[in-house]
Amino acid sequence: MLAPGFADPVHDAQDTFRAVMDALARPGRPRPLRAGLEPPAPLTPELAAVALALTDADTPVWLDAGLAAAPEVAVYLRFHTGAPLTDDPAVAAFALIGDPARCPPLGTFACGTPAYPDTATTLVLALATITEGAGLCLAGPGIRGTARVALAPLPEGFVAQCAENRADFPLGVDLILTAPGRVVGLPRSTAVTEN
Amino acid sequence: MSETAMPASFPSPLRGGVRGGGGADGTVALDPALPPPPAPPRKGEERGDTGSGYNFAYLDEGTKRMIRRAILKAIAVPGYQVPFASREMPMPYGWGTGGVQVTAAILGRADVLKVIDQGADDTTNAVSIRRFFAKTSGVATTTRTAEATIIQTRHRIPETPLSEGQTLVYQVPIPEPLRFLEPRETETRQLHALAEYGAMQVKLYEDISRHGHIATTYAYPVEVAGRYVMDPSPTPKFDNPKMDDCPALQLFGAGRERRIYAVPPYTRVRSLDFEDHPFRVQEFTYPCALCGAEGVYLDEVLLDDAGRRMFVCSDTDHCEGRRADGHVGTGDAA
Amino acid sequence: MYVAVKGGEAAIDNAHRLLAEARRGDPAVPELSVAQIRAQMALLVDRVMTEGSLYDPDLAALALKQARGDVVEAVFLVRAYRTTLPRFGASVPVDTGVMAVERRVSATFKDLPGGQVLGPTFDYTHRLIDFALAAEGEVQAAAEAEPRDDAGHCPRVTDLLARDGLIEAAPPDDGTPPGDLTREPVDYPADRALRLQALARGDEGFVLGLAYSTQRGYGRTHPFVGEIRVGEVAVDFVPEELGFPVPLGRVRLTECQMVNQFKGSGAAPPQFTRGYGLAFGQSERKAMAMALVDRALRAEELGEPVASPAQDQEFVLAHCDSLQATGFVEHLKLPHYVDFQAELELVRRLRAEFERKSEPVEMQEAAE
Repeated sequence: MLAPGFADPVHDAQDTFRAVMDALARPGRPRPLRAGLEPPAPLTPELAAVALALTDADTPVWLDAGLAAAPEVAVYLRFHTGAPLTDDPAVAAFALIGDPARCPPLGTFACGTPAYPDTATTLVLALATITEGAGLCLAGPGIRGTARVALAPLPEGFVAQCAENRADFPLGVDLILTAPGRVVGLPRSTAVTEN
Repeated sequence: MSETAMPASFPSPLRGGVRGGGGADGTVALDPALPPPPAPPRKGEERGDTGSGYNFAYLDEGTKRMIRRAILKAIAVPGYQVPFASREMPMPYGWGTGGVQVTAAILGRADVLKVIDQGADDTTNAVSIRRFFAKTSGVATTTRTAEATIIQTRHRIPETPLSEGQTLVYQVPIPEPLRFLEPRETETRQLHALAEYGAMQVKLYEDISRHGHIATTYAYPVEVAGRYVMDPSPTPKFDNPKMDDCPALQLFGAGRERRIYAVPPYTRVRSLDFEDHPFRVQEFTYPCALCGAEGVYLDEVLLDDAGRRMFVCSDTDHCEGRRADGHVGTGDAA
Repeated sequence: MYVAVKGGEAAIDNAHRLLAEARRGDPAVPELSVAQIRAQMALLVDRVMTEGSLYDPDLAALALKQARGDVVEAVFLVRAYRTTLPRFGASVPVDTGVMAVERRVSATFKDLPGGQVLGPTFDYTHRLIDFALAAEGEVQAAAEAEPRDDAGHCPRVTDLLARDGLIEAAPPDDGTPPGDLTREPVDYPADRALRLQALARGDEGFVLGLAYSTQRGYGRTHPFVGEIRVGEVAVDFVPEELGFPVPLGRVRLTECQMVNQFKGSGAAPPQFTRGYGLAFGQSERKAMAMALVDRALRAEELGEPVASPAQDQEFVLAHCDSLQATGFVEHLKLPHYVDFQAELELVRRLRAEFERKSEPVEMQEAAE
């Protein structure tokens, strides 16, 4: 039995998008994300919500090893979004990552081109916790002064990877980080430091 | 991570321009055992949500997704113009189709919408667009700047300072700030890629040598977050300082030219200028004749054919609010 | 005394009521039916379908009625409706080689397989106002001729030329799905399929003017009408779940194949080149103009200098759409007082400074 998608496709998609939009517009400030989905594990409700809201037949989607290993996840996403799945991270419009600790280096995804920096992958990660006011220090567009957010778990050498990702601005990937019930944005324009 | 193997040209599966059915060549790794993708529109997305015969906020869900993806990239790269597959809207190109599409893509049931044209809620095109959304989405509308969560605007930024809960959506006729220096899209795209903005500086400086002033009074170019030069839409340069470090999210939609761009909140927006000719905004000699406001943008109204005129607030909500609070102007001709 | 500019809502409502009244006109005159427009303004309906990118004669006729006969406005109505339609995919390419030909003329060969078929045409009519039409006279039925032996077999002139290698080969179908400028923003340089789509949707007057300019030396292409054919073709579609083509119906098309001179190069022997035009219904002027501009836009591909407007794809594609053009031209009637005020203030200031500078020196000194 295939798990259902959004109960109210129009408004649930809008709610999810607005949470993601606000999150990317105000990096480091978590937004509530409640989509009421019960997707097959290890796909989390938040990853599923972002996928259903933003992907379709026009957006190749890359799944990390854990998600790709569960065929029900692909069936669920294919059925509800129609998005083609790709195993090449460099051509993915969206990448869903259920196991952030083992996320491939950000540089393996598409970072756009100088003429079209928008043709870069958006990574959506499922974290365990997102806590505002402590942890990493963020600065850049969307942030008044600096912001602090604690994220766990994170990929190996995350801060260094973010610095590298930002070094070639406007090229770079954009991150949507989710945890149960919340989402935080980390666009390529954000400078991330340890303190 | 400079130039990647990705081709610089359209169509890019990474942009997800709406191409109906299937991904781009070489990107589809379909398992034949999977169910076939649903035919568009996706399930449960058929029209008929508002009783208007059209989907909520008019656009179909596929179009909204495409625009939403463009908005997210626009926010991630402040000031960069993201190409998008602008739709033919039931109103003419040049009349706000870009702003309308952006508003339709972000609008939700809980939003309160304000629409202004030339600063006023009651100008005909503002009325027309406000009605369009009232009819197709049923959301609450307002003329009060402070009550609105989304403000769609043509040519002005409200006088009342915007707040964090708000999004300002600009209607943009010509999004390319370099267009009148270089009409070719192929050229301007390269200039942005290289951050080569010397021609713009030269143009502004030529004004100074000819007129003693920078002769650009509206659509005055700005530099966003230290990188992209951006057209702020034909707002008077008086409004440029309001864009800088603004608590609200600013989104820009150009329908005919098919571009979306953004300025995130609290982002540095610098009006281009020179050390010996710093940026300056217009100053009005008189206060508003109706509410007495100073330091606001004024409309000039002709009173007769003998040259009598008066100056009144361009922002009608601001003016009405002040008058309701007891502020009174001289009511006289200037 | 100043009156706040209020009452926009009421003004709009009243204007719309007036429009409805003006549309109907004198109520003593019988109302036009959509069927009448479709049947008797057929070429106008065809133009609206072509530029509206939607094959639906009834809808185009209704749009014309609603638009009071304003073609661009009718195209607008059709396009705005089209945008809301779900999209199921692209049809199998239609085969105009097996078109049920109603009209087929070639300017390059006196006779050819299938013959010259004049069909319903204004060509060779004397353009004298027919006052009998005002009297609503009955039309005599056209006489039926015996069909030629080879009627029904009308190979395309370009196929006949291609057999001997006299004309460049038709570009092979490499399976790349054609782009769609209604669903992706155009990126330059645009490929030929996308250019043809833009020209097909383009304003007939604009495309015609550009085509004419190529004949007057602004990007000459030395054209000959290889063939114009008008008639119905079948449209097939392959649903993903079936995997084989199913017929959707038939559409009436006008196709123009221009045969253009080309000198050849060191690498290629001299041969003719092609310009292509295709439009819904009977739209010969449009199809011909489109074919001329298509060929002109191939200048770069064929190693010709790009020096004229019709050869410049950014110029042509960015300006040929009547809706984009009319929207932006007509938007100038929207209020611009905010921008104008900004300019007024500047001009006043510059004039004041100018006058100050032009004052005689002694007066300036006296003032100081």
